[in-house]
Amino acid sequence: MKELLIIAIGSAMVNNVVLSQFLGLCPFFGVSKKIETASGMSAAVVFVITLSSFVASLIYKFILVPIDVTYLQTIVFILVIAALVQFVEMFLKKAMPALYQSLGVYLPLITTNCAVLGVALTNVQKEYGILSSTVNGLATALGFGISIIILAGLREKMETNDIPKAFQGFPHVLLTACLMAIAFFGFSGMI
Amino acid sequence: MQKNTPAERLYNGIIAENPTFSLMLGMCPTLAVTTSGINGIGMGLTTTVILTASNMLISILRKVIPDKVRVPAFIVVVASFVTIVQFLLEGFIPSLNAALGIYIPLIVVNCIILGRAESYASKNKVIPSIFDGIGMGLGFTLSITILGLIREFIGAGTLFNVNILGKVGYEPVSIFILAPGAFLVLAFMAAFQNKFKVGAAKRGIDPSNPSCGEGCASCGNIICKGRSGK
Repeated sequence: MKELLIIAIGSAMVNNVVLSQFLGLCPFFGVSKKIETASGMSAAVVFVITLSSFVASLIYKFILVPIDVTYLQTIVFILVIAALVQFVEMFLKKAMPALYQSLGVYLPLITTNCAVLGVALTNVQKEYGILSSTVNGLATALGFGISIIILAGLREKMETNDIPKAFQGFPHVLLTACLMAIAFFGFSGMI
Repeated sequence: MQKNTPAERLYNGIIAENPTFSLMLGMCPTLAVTTSGINGIGMGLTTTVILTASNMLISILRKVIPDKVRVPAFIVVVASFVTIVQFLLEGFIPSLNAALGIYIPLIVVNCIILGRAESYASKNKVIPSIFDGIGMGLGFTLSITILGLIREFIGAGTLFNVNILGKVGYEPVSIFILAPGAFLVLAFMAAFQNKFKVGAAKRGIDPSNPSCGEGCASCGNIICKGRSGK
């Protein structure tokens, strides 16, 4: 239990997926204009990353390792993720139309979110078991959610601010992210 | 300049449509591995090799791959080349492999590669596609090397590991080679770009929108289209 907690805090806070590992930057900058869309995106990401790290570690342990083809992990993982995202999309459409309404638009974007593949590969690299992989996936995704929702909140507040012309748009979002990264740096002594 | 000649493709990739500065694609490796100039060059050249090879193969197979399953097919092609290159690096340049770590397999989801496959290689002949890959790859290499050099110079006082500022008693600002520095340096580079209206602004892309999101969103759209056609 203690190890799982350490893994969880480590990947949600200390090694935050966006602010210290630079994974999933595209949705981080792209859909962080409003808190509402940011929370929709993070819910979809939590769902997909948790599920995909569970499935990817199952496949790694019970298929790739026994037949000794672990070198195919990158190809297998990306295909599994793409198939999984599509499957989740179809399943939600049929079974939970309300949830599909709110997550639907974000799901196709997740295939190209490098955080999903990144977590699956990190789990293999760190030799996590199935339970630890799933916990790591969930915590990483929550870390993504925390940072994108904070960024969206900041951007909403700054929308009407008077910003020098050259810094309007992308540069000032990057500067905000920089200050957030410094703040998250404060967690680095925790573990 | 005549269209689709090798020279035009190289110019287009390196200057006119530089993937980092004017298209804002491939942000993750751009920020993550640029802690030094050497890492920037290494990541850039690795991406160039994969981009050129995948552009070539996709262009050769462009009449064979059915339109409906083209995106999964592109992903498999790119992932195979990434795996090959990863093992070559592990065998021949282990230090670079260790420095770039997980970002090498993550080249698979780099929008630049899938984007070029979809928008250029799948529609054009083999030779221009190869040069398109080389041009885009070198453009990417150039921009992430510059970013890496700036961070290395301020954050460690060196350029390509050659000590320059250390001799004059310069105290390195090490936050520049840590995570926040990446955002800071890129923010200032993008602001300069806005100021002098080069790149995105010049071609009429609205600079008040973060074009990165659009770039990757269009990547996602490519995948949507590919899948909805199935």
